[in-house]
Amino acid sequence: MSPDSFPNSLSNPDLKVASLISVGQHPKSGRARRASQDARAVELGLKMTGSASRLIHVGGGDETGLRQYLGMGLPEITLLKADGRADAVPILASYLKEQPADIVLSGIHAEQGEASGMVPYLLAEHLGWPIVPRIADIQKVEDGFAEVLQALPRGQRRLLRVQLPFIATVDNAAPDARQYAFGPARRGLMNGVAVYAPVDEARLDWQENPAKPRPKRLNVVKAKSAADRFKAATAKPQGQGGKVIRDGTDREKAEAIMELLIAEGVVR
Amino acid sequence: MTDIPRRDPRTEWILRNRLHPQYDEVVAANSGPVRGPTGLLRWNPHAVGFVGPNGIKRIDRSAGLTGGAGGLSSRAKRRSAQVEVELPLHRIEQPDFYVAVVVDLAGGRLSGHDKDILGQAHQLVKAMEGEGAVVAIALGEAREATFDTAGADRLVHLTEVHGQPLTGYCPEQKLAVLEAVESELAPRYWLFPDSVHGGADIGSRLAARLGERPAVHAWQVDAEHTVCRGGSQLTDWHRPTARVMLLAEECALPIDETRHEAKSIELSSIPRVTPQIEDLGQVEVDPSKIALAEAEFILSAGNGVRDWHQFHTVATALGATEGASRVAVDDGNMPRFRQVGATGTWVTARVYVAVGISGAIQHMQGIGRCDKVVAINLDDGCDMTKRADLSVIGDSQGILAELLRLAEARQSGTESESPAESTEEERHVA
Repeated sequence: MSPDSFPNSLSNPDLKVASLISVGQHPKSGRARRASQDARAVELGLKMTGSASRLIHVGGGDETGLRQYLGMGLPEITLLKADGRADAVPILASYLKEQPADIVLSGIHAEQGEASGMVPYLLAEHLGWPIVPRIADIQKVEDGFAEVLQALPRGQRRLLRVQLPFIATVDNAAPDARQYAFGPARRGLMNGVAVYAPVDEARLDWQENPAKPRPKRLNVVKAKSAADRFKAATAKPQGQGGKVIRDGTDREKAEAIMELLIAEGVVR
Repeated sequence: MTDIPRRDPRTEWILRNRLHPQYDEVVAANSGPVRGPTGLLRWNPHAVGFVGPNGIKRIDRSAGLTGGAGGLSSRAKRRSAQVEVELPLHRIEQPDFYVAVVVDLAGGRLSGHDKDILGQAHQLVKAMEGEGAVVAIALGEAREATFDTAGADRLVHLTEVHGQPLTGYCPEQKLAVLEAVESELAPRYWLFPDSVHGGADIGSRLAARLGERPAVHAWQVDAEHTVCRGGSQLTDWHRPTARVMLLAEECALPIDETRHEAKSIELSSIPRVTPQIEDLGQVEVDPSKIALAEAEFILSAGNGVRDWHQFHTVATALGATEGASRVAVDDGNMPRFRQVGATGTWVTARVYVAVGISGAIQHMQGIGRCDKVVAINLDDGCDMTKRADLSVIGDSQGILAELLRLAEARQSGTESESPAESTEEERHVA
C-alpha cells in the first residue's frame, strides 16, 4: 500500500496536521521504540490527512525509535537537531511559527526523561493556542472549528468544540496505532533542520537515578487500648450501617434505589 | 415506711445461685448504679456479662462492637462515641503565608488523593518559618465534602464564575480563578493532584501561565528536596522543590488528628475570559464496552437472580455495566470476565448494585473500593447488607421489574408525572 492511498476521511485537503513524536522506551526491556501515545497521535493524523500529515521530532535522531513512525506509512520526519540537554519548547515554538499547522498532536507524557507532559502546555502558552488534553478522536473539522472527543476516566467520553489552530494530547483510549512496516521504515527520510537549541539550564543540576520502589502505605492503628487494637486487627471491613428498607411494596423499594442512582448522577 | 434497709434473704439466695431460673431477672433488677449508705455510687461488678450455655460467665470486652448486653460495653460505647467528635480545632488567625491546594472533587467528593495532598500541604507549612494556612480551592459542586477534617484552614469554593457554572470541562474559567488567587494571596506553593480527574490538566495550565517549572509525579516532597518519577516509571529525578507541584497518590499521610477552620475566602475580582473550548456535553457510551475494572456504575448479579433476561434488560435500561458473583459465573449464567471479586476483577465503581449477592469475603474484597453499595437481597442479615449504604430486603425479581418500569418511564420522558410523585417518594423513603 503506497502512503498516498489512505482514505481522506475528513475531506478537508487544506487541513495541516503535525504530530510531535518522541523516542519511546519499552517498559520492561528499556529498548528504544515508538512511544505508544505518540504513535496513536500519528495514527490520528494519518486518519485525518493521510500521508500529508507531518512528523516533528526534536533531538539527535535516534534511528531505531524514530524509523518505526516512518514505517506507519509516512514519507519523512522533520528532525530539529538538538542534543539531549536542549529544551524542546522554544525550538518547537519557533518552528511552528514559521511552518504553521492547524492541529498539533502529541502524546500525554514522554516515555523517558522527565516526562512532565508540559511541552504541549508550554507550546500552547507560547503560541496562544487552546490545548485539549487526552483526546480519543477528532470527529470533524469545519468552518475553523473542530469537534473533539475527549477521553474521561472510567471509559466515558466528552465532546468538545474548539477553534483551530489548537494543540491536543492523545490518550491511550484513542484507536491503536497500526503496525509499522520494515520497508517504509527504511525508505523514509529524516529531514534534518539545524536550529538554535539552547540548553535546558534548570535540569543540569538535577539527578536522575533508577526508580526506587515506593514504600507501601501501612495501616497505622492509633488505638488507645488493647481492645481497640484487637478490634482493628480482627474486625471485618464493614460500612457504618446503611439504610435498610424492609417494609413497603416493590415499587417503593425500587423508587428508593432509583433516587440514590439519580442523586449519584449515574442515571441521567 | 422506715428508711432502714431491709434484707431480702430470698433474693440474696437467688443471687448466690446463678443457675436459678429467676437469676437473670433478679440481677437485672439489682444492677445499675446504687447509692450506698455513705452516698457513694456503687456498681455491681457481678452484673457484667452473661452466662453462656454451659454455665460459664462470659464478659463482652469488645468495646461495644457487637452491641452485647452488659454495663461495660455500653460505657465503652459512650466513651468511644465521645472520642469521635473531640478532634482539636487547629486555628490560624493571621496567616503569614498560604499554601494552595486545588482539589479534584471527582464526583463532588474529596478523594483519598485530595486528602493526601492536603496532608502534604500541612507538612510543607510545618517545615517553614512562620504560621501558614492551607487554602483548599474547590471549583464545582461539592457533596459530602468535609473540608474541615480533611485539613483546609481556608477555603475558596466556587460553583460559578460570572454567572457561568463550573460544571463540565471549563479549564479556562478555572485557570482565571487560580490567577485571581495568585494575585490576591500569592501562595508560596501550589499543589495539585497528578490525576486524570483534571488535576494534572489544570496544574500544567497554571504552571505554563505562571512560567514556573512544575515538579510532576512528585512522590516525596519536603521543603528543599523533591523526588519525581520519570517516564515509564523507570527513573527518579531528584530536584529542588518547585513552587508548582503535581503530586502522586500517597505522597503524604492525610490529616486525621485535627479539625480545621475551612474559613471561606471571597475573591474580590476574577478576570473574565472568552473560552476557546466549548463543552458539548458527555457522549453516550455503550456500558458493556467499558472495562469492568474502571466502570462507574455496575449492576451485579448473584445466586438470587432467577430471570436473567430481565437482569440484562434492567442493566441496559439503567445504562449499567454488568457484573456477577462467582456463583453466577460458575453456573454459566454470566461470562468469566464479568466476575467481580478476589478471583475476578477488583472493581472501582462509584455505585455498585448487588442483586441477590449475599457477600462472600472474596466478593467483598473485590468491591472494597466502591463508594456506594446498594444491596437487593432476601436476607437482611447477610454481609452485603452490612456493607451496603442502601439495602432493600425483598424478592429481586419484583424489585427489578419495578426498577425497569421506572427507568423506562424516565427514558420515555414522562417527567410530567414525576414531580408530584417524587414528593411522595421522599416521604416513603424517609
